[in-house]
Amino acid sequence: MRRALLCCLFACLAPLPAAAFDLGDLMRHLVAHPGGKARFVETKHLAVLDQPLVARGEMTYTPPGRLEKRTLSPKQETLLLEGNRLSLQRDRQTLSIDLASQPQALAFIDSIRGILAGNRQALEQNYSLHLAGRLDQWTLTLLPRDMKIAELVLRITVQGSRGQLRAIEYLQADGDRTELRIEPSGGQ
Amino acid sequence: MRPALKSALIWLAAMAVGLWLIYSQARFNADMSFFLPSEPTPEQQVLVDQIREGAVTRLLMAAISGGDAQRRAALSQALRQQLLQTEHFISVENGVQESLDRDRDLLLAHRYVLSPAVTPERFTEAGLRAAITDSVDFLLSPLGALFKPYLTRDPTGELPTLIRQLNASAQPASRHGVWVSPDGERAVLLAQTRALGSDTDGQEAALNAFNAAFAALSPRFGDDFRLTLSGPGKFAVDARATIKDDIQRLTLISMLAIFAVLFTVYRSARLILLSLLPILSGVVAGVLAVALAYGTVFGITVGFGAALIGEAVDYSTYYFVQSGRSGVAAWRHRFWPTVRLGVLTSVFGFAALLFSGFPGLAQLGLYSIAGVVAAALVARYTLPDLAGPLPGRLAERPPLALNWICALPRARWPMLVLALVALTYIVVERQTLWQADISALSTVSTADARADGELRSDLGTADSRYFVVVRAADQESVLQAAEQAAARLEPLVADGTLAGYDSPTRFLPSQATQAARRAALPEPGELARRLQDASEGLPLSAARLQAFIDDVAAARVAPVLTREALAGSHLELAVSALTLHNEHGWSVLLPLHPAAGGDLSIPVARVQAALAGSDALFIDMKGEFDALYASYLDEAILLSLAGVAAVLLTLAVVLRQPRRFVTVTLPLVLAVLFVVAGLHLAGQALHLLHLIGLLLIVAVGSNYSLFFDLAEDGRHDPGTLNSTLIATLTTAIGFGTLALSQVPVLQAIGVTVGPGALIVFLLSAMFAPRRISQGC
Repeated sequence: MRRALLCCLFACLAPLPAAAFDLGDLMRHLVAHPGGKARFVETKHLAVLDQPLVARGEMTYTPPGRLEKRTLSPKQETLLLEGNRLSLQRDRQTLSIDLASQPQALAFIDSIRGILAGNRQALEQNYSLHLAGRLDQWTLTLLPRDMKIAELVLRITVQGSRGQLRAIEYLQADGDRTELRIEPSGGQ
Repeated sequence: MRPALKSALIWLAAMAVGLWLIYSQARFNADMSFFLPSEPTPEQQVLVDQIREGAVTRLLMAAISGGDAQRRAALSQALRQQLLQTEHFISVENGVQESLDRDRDLLLAHRYVLSPAVTPERFTEAGLRAAITDSVDFLLSPLGALFKPYLTRDPTGELPTLIRQLNASAQPASRHGVWVSPDGERAVLLAQTRALGSDTDGQEAALNAFNAAFAALSPRFGDDFRLTLSGPGKFAVDARATIKDDIQRLTLISMLAIFAVLFTVYRSARLILLSLLPILSGVVAGVLAVALAYGTVFGITVGFGAALIGEAVDYSTYYFVQSGRSGVAAWRHRFWPTVRLGVLTSVFGFAALLFSGFPGLAQLGLYSIAGVVAAALVARYTLPDLAGPLPGRLAERPPLALNWICALPRARWPMLVLALVALTYIVVERQTLWQADISALSTVSTADARADGELRSDLGTADSRYFVVVRAADQESVLQAAEQAAARLEPLVADGTLAGYDSPTRFLPSQATQAARRAALPEPGELARRLQDASEGLPLSAARLQAFIDDVAAARVAPVLTREALAGSHLELAVSALTLHNEHGWSVLLPLHPAAGGDLSIPVARVQAALAGSDALFIDMKGEFDALYASYLDEAILLSLAGVAAVLLTLAVVLRQPRRFVTVTLPLVLAVLFVVAGLHLAGQALHLLHLIGLLLIVAVGSNYSLFFDLAEDGRHDPGTLNSTLIATLTTAIGFGTLALSQVPVLQAIGVTVGPGALIVFLLSAMFAPRRISQGC
């Protein structure tokens, strides 16, 4: 009886707006995001090239674990992440990778997957998280904890609004940088 | 000199010479050659070469189970290191990354002679511009990003092109840095033995080394690991052990059982020892004849000796039991013609096998002929002198089991009805009688076959079924031929008929192709000039590409890429797996990968059309095996019929009177009917060797029915009946013992001839002329 009362009390408190925007709030919004289709523009700044490279396409996220990234230009390529299987289709060839076989790649993929799914526990396993901004315009910075991952990526910066991601930036260990801008196109 | 001593000396001398010849001439072998065609077609020759010397026969697959994933991985690593120290293995793979680095370095170093994309057009300004644009675009792909470190050396992207070819086949899953089964519960390794697949001793040494390394290392990581090994070499070693074990076991069983029968009759150690003479003579003569005719004696042939003991002992039985009262001269006069006729029918029956293109069968035929003739001759010429006067009691003794033998003729009509039923049953079931698959003859147990299948699927080393084969006199010509065949296959890959194909020329192009590719490379000054124009407006400027210009300059003057340069890499393994060099010359295999989906078969006609006009052969391994077995079966049917006809003709010529002919042959025909119906009822799918067994029923059984014919003259006596009964029993025991064999070839003959001989005896007694029953 007392327990039921306590539960009721907490339930009443929960919907109240938090005084400050924190990681818990962000994760709740991310979890609640229904997924859907978005256009993306990916820009790579590579030291070896004189100009940045730009790719465009669409991505579709179906919670909790399916992500399809379809590049349309400059060359068609489809990347599909489902469970622990990453498959890549290009030039009529399909390459399938078992992520469990590649622990470092898995940790990297888990950063994207963890953000999309709002899985704080998975994110904190490999990264230390720093949140700035407000609910409508937040910036989450991920710094790798593991040296092995740090050899791949120095920093991941994610920007968004409520449960919707707007941009992801990867800063690689060799100084090259990739920016991914996301524009929701609505619909499932 | 006393006749006995003289005979003994002659016999001993003959045996000594025989044994010495066997020792010096015979090679024993227990491999697949027993089943391989003696005069192969070109397609079958490929099959034979692959089975004897193909790289796939060197494959040894291993799985470590038990413990936990981390310790399995550590054990897998330790095992690999240890095995590479021994001289038994060319390679031991377990998914370790370091071994792939060497491949990448080789591909990078030799990319301009290896890449099929290297043509003069690619190094024009337009070609360079297109290739560089592609490479730059590729950087946007997660895959292309892997090649970023090589971009300035390899802006035309030859390395990605080559790596894509290397990774055509699926890699096993991996955990903690080593290969594992898809469920992650077993660590798997793939080794190549140094010994050829046909070198069973070498294969056995490699297996022992593997087991020993595992036994030594696994306790360091835990006490609950298990090792599973499989592969063609293991099958060969197991088969040899099985056959060896069978030879010892079956010979012992058959000897003991036969001597038990003889002892109850003779009650004399001396006579039993003397009975050994024809047996030993028969075995030595059989092995010697095979050794001299074929050079190699198959283990299965020797195993067949267990059955021959039962027949060879007959001749001494006839002599001992039949001659007791009347003496040697009378026996030779009265009984020897019948024995001789029996030998003759047996020989004619076995002789049919000599014409078989199935080498195993031909050996069995020759072995039996030599054995039977030698045993009979020794019984006729040597035994009487050595045995001296025989106790008359053997012949005087009242017929064994006379009562029920006398009762048999009453069952004639029911038996004929039963025969009609059996015939009807066989006719009705004729579609399901035969097993049309060569696997029926394999010594590999279903459990081993399943373990093998599991390991193959874990490692992604599925048996290839379709191949294109090219042959030539030397390595350069065969590589050129392979490149021409590959060019004809390319359109099929492009239109999706094939998912792809493998070729050793991917990693070792012919010198002609290497020279052509080298000639396509412009000299450094020219290349620099073209690059300047080509990279105009591209994100990758020519100024960054000095490493590319240097590499191309070096490639222009590099020595020809040889097999030796690839030593120790997977590239070399891939080349040697697909290249075969033997006394027939060089051949190259191009395994074809069926398009995904569907039933994984390949449209044979389209591949053949693509290859039409070239010397390349298209081969469907399974189809070849099936065709081979079907041809053996067709041939065996023909030979069996010819053998039966020869036996019947001999009997007809000698017996003359139709009535006697029917009396002798009816039991044989009925016995064949009953055995076929009985085996089918018992759930045995009949194959080639059952068919041969049926021939042997007629060839061997006629010996016994002939003695009932002899009794027709009214001169029959207990000695004849007894000796026939004993001879039948020993023969049934000899052949029947084979039914216990784990070797399907021997088992099939055993279950057919063992019961068959007994049935012939019973039916002969049943259908013998009335007068014999007056003796009752």
